[in-house]
Amino acid sequence: MTVRRIALVAWHVFKEHVRDRVLYAIAGFALLLVAASILLGQLTAGEDVKIIKDLGLAVIEGAGLLMTIFLGVGLVSREIDRRSIISLLAKPLPRWQFIVGKYLGLVLTIVVNVAAMTVALFLMLKYLDWRALPVERAAWDAAAADPHLLLATLMIAIELALLTAVALFFSAFSSSALLSLAFTIGIYVTGVFSLDLRRFGDTVEAPSIVSHVVAAIGWIVPAFSAFDLKAQVVHGLPVPASYVTLTAGYGVIYAAAAVVAAILVFSRREFT
Amino acid sequence: MFPVRVLGLTKDFPQGFWRPRPHRAVDGLSFDIPEGGVFGLLGPNGAGKSTTLKLLLDLLRPTAGRAEILGRPAGDVGARQRLGFLPENPTFYDHLTAEELLEYFAGLFGYRGEDRRARAGAALDRVGLGADRRRPLRQYSKGMVQRVGLAQAIVNDPALVILDEPMSGLDPIGRRDVREMILALRDEGRTVLFSSHILSDAEQLCSRVGILAKGRLVAEGTVGELTRHAGGTDVTASDVPTAFVDRAAARVRKTSRIADGRYRFELAPGERPEPFIADLAAAGAALVSVAPVGASLEDAFLHALGNDVRVDDTRGDRSAAS
Ligand SMILES: Nc1ncnc2c1ncn2[C@@H]1O[C@H](COP(=O)(O)OP(=O)(O)O)[C@@H](O)[C@H]1O
Ligand SMILES: [Mg+2]
Repeated sequence: MTVRRIALVAWHVFKEHVRDRVLYAIAGFALLLVAASILLGQLTAGEDVKIIKDLGLAVIEGAGLLMTIFLGVGLVSREIDRRSIISLLAKPLPRWQFIVGKYLGLVLTIVVNVAAMTVALFLMLKYLDWRALPVERAAWDAAAADPHLLLATLMIAIELALLTAVALFFSAFSSSALLSLAFTIGIYVTGVFSLDLRRFGDTVEAPSIVSHVVAAIGWIVPAFSAFDLKAQVVHGLPVPASYVTLTAGYGVIYAAAAVVAAILVFSRREFT
Repeated sequence: MFPVRVLGLTKDFPQGFWRPRPHRAVDGLSFDIPEGGVFGLLGPNGAGKSTTLKLLLDLLRPTAGRAEILGRPAGDVGARQRLGFLPENPTFYDHLTAEELLEYFAGLFGYRGEDRRARAGAALDRVGLGADRRRPLRQYSKGMVQRVGLAQAIVNDPALVILDEPMSGLDPIGRRDVREMILALRDEGRTVLFSSHILSDAEQLCSRVGILAKGRLVAEGTVGELTRHAGGTDVTASDVPTAFVDRAAARVRKTSRIADGRYRFELAPGERPEPFIADLAAAGAALVSVAPVGASLEDAFLHALGNDVRVDDTRGDRSAAS
């Protein structure tokens, strides 16, 4: 029954997003970028496979980020704003199941979108491969439809699942979607630069207390840059399996902790 | 078993930005609602009715005291299996149809497959939305949303149905339908608890009422008990000897002379008219009429509230209701 109820909540999140204009706006934006990249690729002959891979992965990540942030901050706060939460929580649905269902629903939405964009990218690369002359192919760092690309998109998906958990936490915490938006974007940007923050003391002359605080922030925020395998994959560089498992494990554990924190916060909330 | 038990229930809301001070919305409420029948939680706007109901549903947490639903503490997930709730001015999901919403909620109650679909459909039929079930809720009027709200409150065959202002914002036909539905739910053996600031609704529906004012329960009992307490009797008679009028002054609340020898005596609430009428007859007066006055819930309400409430407030609501 627990699994069924969580699945029901998740399914309704997915359904709502599928019917949401925001999703189509982002998908349309992604399509536009891909079209632009094709155009660009035709101008710079020979480099086109690398450019398509580069841009394709960047678009997948960018569109995914937009989806995660904009849908994620409204995940709980929208239910509260329109007060549908009141009838929902009167059902035999424990609050933790509500939060977990909401989380998995958005992760499902994002995974489906990332998968669809990945398929589109592969189709495009297959087409280039088919069109290419043997001499061109020989100049490539990696095959056009390189399965390593899947590794990059998998890491993007885990990164987005982690960001979803962060957005969910702020969404469960604050009563204003705008505030959760600001916090989520703030954490994401800080997380992307977490490595620089950790090395703050080495690069900047500052009192040691300041560099310690900055370094601590760098260790606490999710290390989003760790999930970025785009450059390695595009250039056909090896990615150690241990790095992938370690990073994926880190993402999953951090996301789980954020979901638990969201549950703790949400369970204490009152609704009027 | 009492489907609802409330003991010393108290809720403070912090009020004020810089120096928040507790504002007591519900103040030491204690009452039990017996099984079966319709209980009306009445009171003017801001009396604490919605706050009380939300405390029963664990949407709010009490500052003090406790509440029990169907023998379990408020918030117990198991108790919600047999509980239906209609919030005040409910809103649902714009992107869903009524049918999808009801199936979603029926699923949360654990119904599956054909059973789940059948229950959702039956609930919608019952509130008269069978024909509109496939339309998205964003196209629904306020009255239709209220009906969806009622449907989702009964989809699980509840033993206890809690309705917060179920008739607010409805047209006369909608109000009548809701009234009939509440009585039908009662006839099916369910316990109904509803809140209202409109007394005429309660008068027609309730077996028991509780009257809230400023978060306190100022009266509680059957409608009969409360109205008997509040209403008096007007006795009009002709050929009344002046001596009797003088003697009667101690027994009546007010005496009005209508014409020569013709008087109207207002007996106080709780004063039985029969001995007075017998004395009148013995004095040689002729009885013209005996009329119970103010034996309405509104008078009980005003009586219970004392000076806590502006009279025009409730009268306005009452006329809006009829
Ligand atoms: N979330 C809240 N924060 C502060 N005060 C509140 C809140 N909700 C209700 N109140 C106050 O509590 C009192 C009771 O409100 P409510 O229960 O909604 O009354 P009713 O339903 O009887 O009209 C009112 O004075 C109201 O202003
Ligand atoms: Mg109310």
